[in-house]
Amino acid sequence: MSSTVLLELKDVHTHIGAYHILHGVNLQIPRGELTLLLGRNGAGKTTTLRTIMGLWQASQGTVHFNGHDITRMATPDIAALNIAYVPENMGIFSDLTVAENMLLAARKASRAQQMDEARLAWIYAMFPAVEKFWHHPAGKLSGGQKQMLAVARAMVEPRDLLIVDEPSKGLAPAIVQNMIEAFQKMKASGVSILLVEQNIHFAQALGDSVAVMDNGRVIHAGSMAALSADPVLQQSLLGLAL
Amino acid sequence: MKTNLDIKPLLLVPVLALLALPLIGSVDTWLTLSVAGLAMGMIIFIMASGLTLVFGLMDVLNFGHGVFIALGAFVATSVLSGMVDWTQSQELWRNLVAVGSAMALAMVAAAVIGLAFERFIVRPVYGQHLKQILITMGGMIIGEEIIKVIWGPLQIALPLPEAMRGSLLWGDASIEKYRLMAVVVGLVVFALQAWTLSRTKVGLLIRAGVQDREMVESLGYKIRRLFVGVFVVGSGLAGLGGVMWGLYQQNVVPQIGAQVDVLIFIVIIMGGLGSTGGALIGALMVGLMANYTGFLLPKLALFSNIALMAAILLWRPQGVYPVANR
Repeated sequence: MSSTVLLELKDVHTHIGAYHILHGVNLQIPRGELTLLLGRNGAGKTTTLRTIMGLWQASQGTVHFNGHDITRMATPDIAALNIAYVPENMGIFSDLTVAENMLLAARKASRAQQMDEARLAWIYAMFPAVEKFWHHPAGKLSGGQKQMLAVARAMVEPRDLLIVDEPSKGLAPAIVQNMIEAFQKMKASGVSILLVEQNIHFAQALGDSVAVMDNGRVIHAGSMAALSADPVLQQSLLGLAL
Repeated sequence: MKTNLDIKPLLLVPVLALLALPLIGSVDTWLTLSVAGLAMGMIIFIMASGLTLVFGLMDVLNFGHGVFIALGAFVATSVLSGMVDWTQSQELWRNLVAVGSAMALAMVAAAVIGLAFERFIVRPVYGQHLKQILITMGGMIIGEEIIKVIWGPLQIALPLPEAMRGSLLWGDASIEKYRLMAVVVGLVVFALQAWTLSRTKVGLLIRAGVQDREMVESLGYKIRRLFVGVFVVGSGLAGLGGVMWGLYQQNVVPQIGAQVDVLIFIVIIMGGLGSTGGALIGALMVGLMANYTGFLLPKLALFSNIALMAAILLWRPQGVYPVANR
């Protein structure tokens, strides 16, 4: 695997019970870039992310991350390789406070006071709601604030790869814009990012590279700029024009 | 700090106690029954608190929890019968050393057996509720038979140490010393649990794991290790509860755990599966209800707790403190 490729899936198949969901996914995530995974509902995007994280095991094929074969590894071991994951439902612990949610993700800290203050200041600048509601129960936050907390929590310590499933889902336009700016800052910090997204404008504003999925396969991979510039390709892959 | 503490369930215990007062009629009798109920509730809480976390963390239905209770009670019979000089002393501190030794050994024995129980009986059936029910009940039957082999099938007396016998009189109300001690021990256990769950990272992980174990794993923590730890601690607490329940009854039979299992399940269902705060409220209500109805309508004592559970579940179908994301 080339050193420019951080994560690589080769011919990955995933079954969930009797259902064959992924039919040989091939995907490369370049180091230091933001990659968008696009596709219709049911195309296999979320299953791909969960397979990467070991939440569902691939029945065939391989997943390599940063030189490690993670195909058969358990989820905590995969996360320990410095991969942060934000699921579609955000995974917020609603009975815990915002501070406690953040502390959980800070594996090196056993108390809130031990979290990296400079890192927190950087996060607060991107997501002011996290600081504002620090001592509030996370379950009381709005949908947008929860999404901000979910992404902030994922980045509470430096990670090599951030995987986020539909960060703009259900968010108001102003919050989406805030999210776009936050992801741009995170990308500038050097972290590689893999986003599943249905919001095409969100994708266009952020993506360096793009992979399009359909029926459990990657049917197109290339640069976001190339896809944005080719209305025919957009129409054939996504059924719409950007 | 802002909290989202739901205060309504906290009012259930005093409301139940106050509702019973006019029915009982005498304030002194009511006070005696209330202290007895709170003591019983605290002991049930000690036994139930581990079980509710075990269910909350891993969806494990452990119907064999009673075996740890029985083991604790029988270990206490051996320890206390070997410390007769200490238990028959009039000095309270010597009695406390004897009971403390029995509690410590019972907790260690139950925790060790709990470790083996989790490894060989529970682990092979993760995620399979029907098999969990069958195999854990089978484990309890085997455990009871082993207890009969070691200690015999007959009832064994477990008398209270000298200085813990008798009652304190407050007006005409008679409050047994041991029951006061049970309340104190229960409060200490609850305080330690509350501190661990709210002030330590391990506690934070347990609370998070009860809500969403998949997310805890995605953050890099091995929840099965955490679960084994909780299972072992829960078993140890059941052993402690067994000592206290045995001393409360002043005799021990191999079925002591199975007998109290029904009350424990009522408590954790009423409290909200996975909630220790809910388990405390449920246990105190069960203890009070058992004592009040035992006095007013003895034939309805067990039914009254089932009726109480039904009433609570009509109000809050997932228990008084439902655990989020479940």
